[in-house]
Amino acid sequence: MDVNVQWVFTSMALLGLASGMIGTFALLKKQSLIGDAMAHAALPGICIAFLFYGQKSLLVFLIGAACSGYMATVCIQFIVKHTRIKEDAAIGIVLSVFFGLGIVLLTWINQHEGGNQSGINDFLFGKAASLTGNDVNVLTITAVLMVITILFFFKEFKIITFDRAFAQGIGIPVSLLNGVLMFLIVSVVVIGLQAVGVVLMSALLITPALAARYWTERLGWMTLLAGVFGALSGVAGAYVSLIAYVPTGPLVIIFATALFLFSFLFAPKRGLCSKIIRRHVERKKLRVKQLMYERGEQL
Amino acid sequence: MSYTIWILLTATLVGINCGLVGTFLVLRKMSMLSDAISHSVLLGIVGAYMVSHQLQGVSMLLGALLVGLLTTFLVQLLHQKGVQSDAAIGVVFTCLFAIGVVLISLFADRVHLDVEHALMGEIAFVPWDVLEVGGQSIGPKAIWLLGFVLAINIFVIVFAYKELKISSFDSEMAITLGIPVALIHYVLMGMLSLTTVASFDSVGAILVVAMLIVPSATAYLWTDRLSMMLICSAFIGVLASVIGYVGATAFNVSISGAIAVSTGVIFFVSLWIAPKHGLLRKWLKKSPV
Repeated sequence: MDVNVQWVFTSMALLGLASGMIGTFALLKKQSLIGDAMAHAALPGICIAFLFYGQKSLLVFLIGAACSGYMATVCIQFIVKHTRIKEDAAIGIVLSVFFGLGIVLLTWINQHEGGNQSGINDFLFGKAASLTGNDVNVLTITAVLMVITILFFFKEFKIITFDRAFAQGIGIPVSLLNGVLMFLIVSVVVIGLQAVGVVLMSALLITPALAARYWTERLGWMTLLAGVFGALSGVAGAYVSLIAYVPTGPLVIIFATALFLFSFLFAPKRGLCSKIIRRHVERKKLRVKQLMYERGEQL
Repeated sequence: MSYTIWILLTATLVGINCGLVGTFLVLRKMSMLSDAISHSVLLGIVGAYMVSHQLQGVSMLLGALLVGLLTTFLVQLLHQKGVQSDAAIGVVFTCLFAIGVVLISLFADRVHLDVEHALMGEIAFVPWDVLEVGGQSIGPKAIWLLGFVLAINIFVIVFAYKELKISSFDSEMAITLGIPVALIHYVLMGMLSLTTVASFDSVGAILVVAMLIVPSATAYLWTDRLSMMLICSAFIGVLASVIGYVGATAFNVSISGAIAVSTGVIFFVSLWIAPKHGLLRKWLKKSPV
């Protein structure tokens, strides 16, 4: 196999793994759309980082994006806390205004800095094939670090996700850990931007996690499954994209959605089909009971 | 000169359309549905092209309308089957958008419709794409499309004002009064899809989201009356268009992006100085000097 192809496969698998695992927590905290907001809010940070640094570097972009992603969450929280505007509108405001600013900066860079060669445009739509060896290294290291962070703080994340008040009661630094989680979301979005693009990166956070939710009631299994689903979609998307000359990002998302649909329909306990079958069986039992009762037979 | 006027007129029409529809979205806590529809509409446009082999007019509107309603329908279906609402929105629109992008890239050599153009829009090209009747140019196509959608929007809002109002503020009371709440919901989603697709081609998905949510949320800070909120939100949309256009030409940057930023600036200013719900007023009230 070509080295370049191996790079793409490795990075897509790792990206899917990390975003699936992190997405699990975002989903359970009902913050799925925060991933969407982060993906859009990262753009101005990336552009400003480019203006300062002068050339394309995934690490510098990561720092810039993390800063603007953090600012975006602060803005959302400020609006929700101090006005009567609800959270969904606050997310929408921040998402679209930050992204608008990003587009303004992008057009500015394209005119003034010869930015067309900088590859910033790839960040909008994603182009896994354009990843260089250096990018893949940064991506790999970041993804591995993120997975380790999740494993290390797993118990704490679990408690703050399910029972915040209890976590506070037993002395867990809730806001710090929330910050860590938000930082993980921002980072995974940023390293994913170049591979799958702004719009679809948020899907890579939500969809595998949602699919995993159908198979298990345990957080540990769900996190693991979400990671596996993400990695599978990443590799499958990259593979088809190489054969069919279609952009990687959308294919990854289509595979992830297919996994979700399969889980939604056929998962053993929570899936739609098993629910329908169960209801049918129970109704039948009830009917038999009724029949026997009417005939005066005892069970 | 007329070049500038056409662009300003387009942006103004987008501002009014989005301001009117967005008000109901913000009040119904459905803001993110506009983000969803503005992306999934792309699939409708591609689908319409594949069926009718043309990229404008009625087929595009119909395609977008269908996909817009499909999006809402799927989101609601998943939600009813136990998927939490934010995740339902996220899954549906990203999937439809992904299918749209794949279809575009498969037909890219034959379609003049690239994803970049669709997302960022190119309002600067609007004046050159004119509608001709009997060899006589009668203004840009975008203006006619937006004007047509504006007429529909105003007609629906005037015709069903009371129903829209009651079902937005108190859907349970609306049901007891016998107002067809589900129908109103889908009519609103239809308006949203039409508005999105009409604005989409000239200003791009991102500005549509900005124009739908930000001016309406800003208007929500200024007034408590629905009628005032509609007018206020349309006015802010127009104001942002003008400021954004002037700024964009001054710095030679993306017009759509600049308009989105100016909606943000107006929101930020309003956040402080709005008469009743502004922060300055609230803080003054708290600490009487």
